[in-house]
Amino acid sequence: MTAVFARHGFPIAIGAIAAAFLGLFFLYPVLSVFGASVLDSTGTTFTWRNYGVVLASPFFLQALGNSLVVAAAATALAILLGVPFAFCVARLAVAGKSALLALAALPLVLPSFVSAYALVLMFGRAGIVTGALRAAGLPFESIYGLKGIVVAYTLTLYPYVVLPTVAAFKSIDASVEEAAQNLGAGPWTTFRRVTLPLIRPGMVAAALFGFVISFGNLEMTLFLIGPGRTTLPIAILQYLEWRIDPVIAAVSLLQIVIIGAAMVATDRYVKLARVL
Amino acid sequence: MTAITIDGVARSFGDVRAVDGVSLVIRDGEFFTLLGPSGCGKTTLLRMVAGFCELDRGRILFGERRVDTVAPHRRNTGMVFQNYAVFPNLDVGGNVAYGLKARKLARQEIASKVERALRLVRLDGFAGRWPHQLSGGQLQRVAIARAVAIEPDVLLLDEPLSNLDAKLRVEMRGEIRALQRTLGITVIYVTHDQEEALAISDRIAVMRAGRVEQVDAPRVIYDAPANGFVAGFVGATNLLRGVVVRRDGEVADVLVGATTLRARLPRQTSLDRVALSLRPEALRLIADGEAPPAGWRVLSGTLEDVEYLGAVTRFTVRLADGTPLSVMALTPPSGTGDVAVAYDPARVVVLEDKA
Repeated sequence: MTAVFARHGFPIAIGAIAAAFLGLFFLYPVLSVFGASVLDSTGTTFTWRNYGVVLASPFFLQALGNSLVVAAAATALAILLGVPFAFCVARLAVAGKSALLALAALPLVLPSFVSAYALVLMFGRAGIVTGALRAAGLPFESIYGLKGIVVAYTLTLYPYVVLPTVAAFKSIDASVEEAAQNLGAGPWTTFRRVTLPLIRPGMVAAALFGFVISFGNLEMTLFLIGPGRTTLPIAILQYLEWRIDPVIAAVSLLQIVIIGAAMVATDRYVKLARVL
Repeated sequence: MTAITIDGVARSFGDVRAVDGVSLVIRDGEFFTLLGPSGCGKTTLLRMVAGFCELDRGRILFGERRVDTVAPHRRNTGMVFQNYAVFPNLDVGGNVAYGLKARKLARQEIASKVERALRLVRLDGFAGRWPHQLSGGQLQRVAIARAVAIEPDVLLLDEPLSNLDAKLRVEMRGEIRALQRTLGITVIYVTHDQEEALAISDRIAVMRAGRVEQVDAPRVIYDAPANGFVAGFVGATNLLRGVVVRRDGEVADVLVGATTLRARLPRQTSLDRVALSLRPEALRLIADGEAPPAGWRVLSGTLEDVEYLGAVTRFTVRLADGTPLSVMALTPPSGTGDVAVAYDPARVVVLEDKA
């Protein structure tokens, strides 16, 4: 035993620290939430009833649906905007390339409520841009509501899409693309059939990140939420203002399961361990 | 099967003249090699033919067709890249079929051409394998099969063997040569390996600093190099600078340091200062009392730096005036110290003495 430890002591120690860390701060909370979610309000009897309450509640289901739609829309938008930008930065002779890239990474540095606040200043009911648009006679209400949240998320996700995609474009061996052209593929076909498949793992990882981040976002949503339609984290917060009971634990666990499922599904197409 | 005309082609990158006015005519069905040290412009020239590098001036023609203004994907060249550039997301069959699909051939035709191309490079049965399962040599075969499957007008190979180990390199170059003969295709082959170039080519263009120094068959390149650079780059040589001190018809005595060497001087040359190229294998050690072959001249010196290389032995004979002569012999020298070494004046190549 001591001999084994002498030889493998370092990896064992690191493994133990990691296991303790993950167990304490990840596994324990998840398990205690799970534990709470399967007890009735007295906290003594086992029951699946809390899940039944959640799945029968229009309030939570609608919020969940909104969260899914908003996260998916923001992710798709960020990809649509970010991938062409990443291509230009990685491949073309763009003036001020590094400045552009730094600018694209800026949302990573800003606390997300700062960018939300900036959006409110610009596009809120009394926002600068809102005023200008109205003065120009364009019909523009304000940014509040799910559409505004999608815009704000897109902004937040942008660096998560751009940075890995730039890296993916740069890591492609240029001669592979030249080979495609040499074999008779035009520039567009080369991009679609060779370049895009090669950056797909990076793109999928970026999309997953984006989805998870926007699905669980609370603070930015708080700024921009309109009356009526809400997202899941907001719904949980609202519910907690009235009462604390095991139903909340069940909702939280559902959210964890959805994100976990998204990761597992992605992993089937792209081995996440290889790209993250 | 196409003759290629490269006419006054040039390209600069910033201050560097990568290709500096090159004109070449490559014959239909010829195995033509661009040989030179790295940075000599050989790869740039090849990329110009493929269409990946624009020309500052000049023209390139395949037969009568001018191609330098044509997009790379419409030139119908087959290129084999140094790092293979096999598509990692396609299996072997998919790689070889790529160019055929781009040409929108019928499914049946694609299948039969893929099979034929894979058979040509001895990879039959590999269609379903993935690139990451293959060795370097197999990857290079896939790249070659992919390039010949489209039946290109010209096959372009950019240092295709430089990532392989020595033994496989020799094997593969033989296969490439055999494949070229089978298909009768025009090949432009880029390499920095002079032995490879000599072994495989119909003709070689030796390049330096963006210019062509000499274009000839391998034997002419080796036996009658046009200048000191070609003599030194293609094979090893003793390059000795000297002054012509006596002429008698074609025969001249050249003073190198304090040693007089005899050489054949072409009639028309009126050179005064010359460089002599004397191949190490043209020198022969003469044992005590042994008579040199008729017409050979003998020099004496001391034996140094004996390197036994198996098939041959390389050593240096330092002449009395300090001039070192590199010698290559089939048998290791038996003696030590003072030796005599003989050469045939007919094998001394006289070159213009350029700095």
